[in-house]
Amino acid sequence: MTAIEPVHTPPTLDLQHLDTLWLQVTGTLCNLACLHCFISCGPKNDSHEFMELSQVQEAINDAVAQGVKEFYFTGGEPFMHPEIREMIDAALAHGPLTILTNGILIDDDLARWLADRFHQSRYSLDLRVSLDGTTPAENDVIRGRNTFEKILAGVDRLVAAGLNPVITVTTCHAELGGAEGRARFFDLLQSRGMDKPRLKFLSPFKIGREERRHGGDGGYQPYELLRESDLDDDARDALQCSSCRMVTSKGSYPCPILIEVEDARMGDTLDDALKPIELNHPACYTCFVEGVTCRT
Amino acid sequence: MPDLIALFGGVYNNYLSLKATLDDARRRGAHEIYCLGDMGGFGPHPDRVFPLLRDAKDLFVMQGNYDHSIGHRLDDCACGYTDPRDNHFAQVSYDYTLAHTADEHKDWLRDLPTHFRRQWRGRDVLLAHGSPRRVNEFLWESTCSDAFLAHLLDAHGADLLFVTHTGIPWHRRLPDGRQVINVGAIGRPANDGRTSVDYALVDLSGDEPSVTFCPVSYDHHRLANEMREEGLPEEFAETILTGWWTTCLEILPAKERHRGRY
Repeated sequence: MTAIEPVHTPPTLDLQHLDTLWLQVTGTLCNLACLHCFISCGPKNDSHEFMELSQVQEAINDAVAQGVKEFYFTGGEPFMHPEIREMIDAALAHGPLTILTNGILIDDDLARWLADRFHQSRYSLDLRVSLDGTTPAENDVIRGRNTFEKILAGVDRLVAAGLNPVITVTTCHAELGGAEGRARFFDLLQSRGMDKPRLKFLSPFKIGREERRHGGDGGYQPYELLRESDLDDDARDALQCSSCRMVTSKGSYPCPILIEVEDARMGDTLDDALKPIELNHPACYTCFVEGVTCRT
Repeated sequence: MPDLIALFGGVYNNYLSLKATLDDARRRGAHEIYCLGDMGGFGPHPDRVFPLLRDAKDLFVMQGNYDHSIGHRLDDCACGYTDPRDNHFAQVSYDYTLAHTADEHKDWLRDLPTHFRRQWRGRDVLLAHGSPRRVNEFLWESTCSDAFLAHLLDAHGADLLFVTHTGIPWHRRLPDGRQVINVGAIGRPANDGRTSVDYALVDLSGDEPSVTFCPVSYDHHRLANEMREEGLPEEFAETILTGWWTTCLEILPAKERHRGRY
């Protein structure tokens, strides 16, 4: 008797509407090399390079033509880009913008400039600062030596300028996602003068450096793939890739998670990516099971 | 076709502000009044809003996500919160409202329409709860680009769109003259330090529709006392007495959060 291999048929997901345009403004280049980074960003990873200002402007224009609701900048570390201020202004001219940062490069001058844009813009300008623990020991084992204090120094400067960034926590330390973990973060942030602390928790994706962090056991299991029967209409709506696309210096992608995944690239421009996608990547399983959205 | 039309949303069991709103709109001469949904939550004595809302000939009432949940006897309000603290307080008021709403009113909520379409002096008008595409979508002023609002109007064939659900009113006139109005909520202050609430009054007598937000005062001390007597959270009473939100804070975008006290 011959064993019949089950055939995996991945679900297809339509782009319902382009609500969110992600821009990988500094590619995979970062001033940190966090051990959980799902796209293995670092000072030496130029797999995706810095975007040109003209590329950012073109993607914004294409998105506006689609009726985009909001923009997100990420990297790498967005504030490494020498033209980041021009990019921020280009986005805010058309809609709300959120910037994902580790906060380390935010000096007093930049914090004041960001606060000025926050107040002057008719649209929301929001910052998300990544921090992975409430103590140096907890955070630095993930994000690198002495990063806890450097990140919080950047947060302090934003707060001193009158801004209120969202602190983003990846739940590599699983207990941080629970009620007690949240309370610890609220206490920490209030002790740093944030009287309206804002938090976002994100599940880790078992790809990139996060997969290697756990030796050979950190990746997805063969069963961790989505099937058509997994998705009803509500589940489809909840997946961020039903309403977002990502543009990097190398082209367009379904979402921020998959830019280093083979076969995920959709084309050269945003317009090339305005089509359905196949949810055939293990990371899609995390988005579905954990209800992950990279949006705030 | 009447010249003056009043629109409000987010009653949140606040029968005192509802009465004051209806009185004010009728006194100003509004010939049609629209309620964009969410009768329950937050306030005391859910059943007291229904005699004011049902069977009034000048009043058109729409179903919000809260009304859908109460009408179908669901387990939660499906408001769309993402933070545990927000969800905790939402559940407290939902459980209270579900337990204190009479069956006949639940059935009435269950059967309400989810949208209204109108033609006002040649303009296509759409009334929805959260957004035309999703009942619990939050349309905040600072996070809706002009391009997105134009898309909603295009996709749903409207020149004029009215929504609620966020609890904070705003008004956008797009470069092409089309308009989007979030009418805010009358059941809870708009997180601006005023204890009064707002509804929208549309004047159709000019070349294009003119929208005004009308502040309404009511006996908010009495409401807060009744909330306490009913055992509702002190945080809710504080909002009624101060005009500052104490809950549902995590859904606020940065700009809207910045304006509030908490």
